Amino acid sequence: MKVVVPVKRTPDTAGEKVIDADSLTVDREAGESVLCPVNEFSIEEAVRLKEKHGAEVTVLVVGPEEAQPTVRKALSYGLDAGLQITDEAIAGSDALGTARVIAAALEATEFDLVVFGGQSTDARTSLVPAAVAELLGLPSLTYTRYLEVDGETITVHREHEEGWDVVTASLPAVVSVVEAINEPRYPSFKGIMAAKSKPLETKSLADLGVSADEVGAGAASATMYEFAPRPPKEAGTVIEDDGSGAAAAQLADWLVEKKFV
Amino acid sequence: MDFRLSEEQEAFLDSVRAFAREHVEPGVLERDRAGTWDWDVWKQVAGFGLTGLPVPQEYGGSGADVLTTGLAMEGLAYGGRDAGLNLSLGAHLTIGAMPIALHGNEEQKQRWLPKLAAGETVGAFAITEPDAGSDTASMKTRAELHGDTYVLNGTKTFITNGSLAEVVTVIARTDPEAPAGQAFTAFLVEKGTPGFEVSKELKKLGNRTSPTVELSLDDVEVHTSQILGDVGSALWKIGFECFDWERTVMIASAVGSMQRDLEESVRYAKEREAFGKPIGRFGAIQHKIAQMRLRLEIARLLQRQAAWMKDEGIEHSTEAAMAKAYIGEAGVESALDAIQLHGGWGYVDEFHVERSLRDAKLAGIGGGTTEIQEMIIARTLLG
Repeated sequence: MKVVVPVKRTPDTAGEKVIDADSLTVDREAGESVLCPVNEFSIEEAVRLKEKHGAEVTVLVVGPEEAQPTVRKALSYGLDAGLQITDEAIAGSDALGTARVIAAALEATEFDLVVFGGQSTDARTSLVPAAVAELLGLPSLTYTRYLEVDGETITVHREHEEGWDVVTASLPAVVSVVEAINEPRYPSFKGIMAAKSKPLETKSLADLGVSADEVGAGAASATMYEFAPRPPKEAGTVIEDDGSGAAAAQLADWLVEKKFV
Repeated sequence: MDFRLSEEQEAFLDSVRAFAREHVEPGVLERDRAGTWDWDVWKQVAGFGLTGLPVPQEYGGSGADVLTTGLAMEGLAYGGRDAGLNLSLGAHLTIGAMPIALHGNEEQKQRWLPKLAAGETVGAFAITEPDAGSDTASMKTRAELHGDTYVLNGTKTFITNGSLAEVVTVIARTDPEAPAGQAFTAFLVEKGTPGFEVSKELKKLGNRTSPTVELSLDDVEVHTSQILGDVGSALWKIGFECFDWERTVMIASAVGSMQRDLEESVRYAKEREAFGKPIGRFGAIQHKIAQMRLRLEIARLLQRQAAWMKDEGIEHSTEAAMAKAYIGEAGVESALDAIQLHGGWGYVDEFHVERSLRDAKLAGIGGGTTEIQEMIIARTLLG
């Protein structure tokens, strides 16, 4: 079985994100970039497929040359090979443009399963996995909280507000996972050292046969007009207990009002 | 000159810290209070690959160098704050597994290293006796040869992991007349061998999550095939080498906890207010923070220098002694500062720093006291 795990290089979640006022995109030079934390879950799932089915796993990243440490980091979890799509024309792509690049990269690759993270910590659109599946005409299995592969069939538990649905599809397929799917491991010393010598291939848009007009800021179907910093956190509601029990009722009302219960 | 770690070492240190925060730190307070060894935590550490870190890859380890093994100790102490676990892992690696990796014959290595590397058993080394600590040559445990069997008699104490280990490297005198360099031999004594028993569990000031025991050897029969290394040369070839590991690698645990305590102290100094401002604005607190940082930096540089020299094969006994002598004292000083800075909260266990003081004291005692390290340093100057 061949598995591809597309990963994203995102601004460090712990750091402050900066939007560049001219390009209206995230300023990736302003802070440290990391492997998107949601990818730890998709990578872990791929590593488990490797352990269980002997899957061969390739990590795929779309991004500039500086994204290479992200590929190495992903490989350090125990993946087999890296594929990086780098082209200046890709800069400023929206979710659809990114999906076009990933779909083209996948078309040029042999695979049975694509395992995405659910939602990147920067853009948070959740659109790319489904768009890639659509572009490739493959089954799209999103919000996956459990997956099992048996021969040519994949069965997943697709999470929703009331629980989950059991969904079955034939391979090849595209899945995106939620954080409940597993508990990711940390890269071991062996994994980190082995990542140094794993094959890493770099391709341009021309290599994939994608025209520069189809991607990048110019081809984006979503346009960003303005942005504003997040408003400061408002003071929370304080319920004081006067010993009469009224506070408990107030708290219950508040929880109901906010739909927590 | 380049003081930077490699990208891989940085990545590994980050990984160990994050791993330890998630899998070791939770429950450490309760484990310390109960003074219990926790196999579940050990299994997590093993699953992450730390129990075989410096063991050669062909025997199931990761083949990491000395500096990297030290980084693992530092990161584990920083993230996990479980000094006892660090002590047990450090002893397991450096004086449990490594003597076998470095001096074992092929059969001994095949038999024990994969198990040790996988963390299926915990390594231990028995040299210290009730009346022979830093003055190791005065140890009294005897091994007498009868045919192809040695009969061992004596008592070993302060043995880290002694109650957990399936095999303990025991140092005993095989020649009553010979000088120290030719008198002692190392034996791989297996748990369950008749006459080989845990005679006492020792309760310690700190590092309580690591078991420390006394082992008694009463007519313990050990076949000559269980000799580790050469007959007669154990003290200098194996014993002193173990001390060297302790002085270059195990002390890195103290560096990790010094850094964590510093960070927690800085956080507290920023959050805790007195007289209308954070206490970090007061000169007396700033002095403590600055001193803690200074000690941390010196400790780290000394430890990494000694570890690097060991990797490079450069003679480093003085540097290792300096690292241990300094860290043994500086760790205690910084823990005291952390407690004082935390005030009343520093004196109760839930803020963790009182444990740091109890844990830190060991570095000036185990593996050769501070006084012994000072003797080594002074000898190089005075002859």
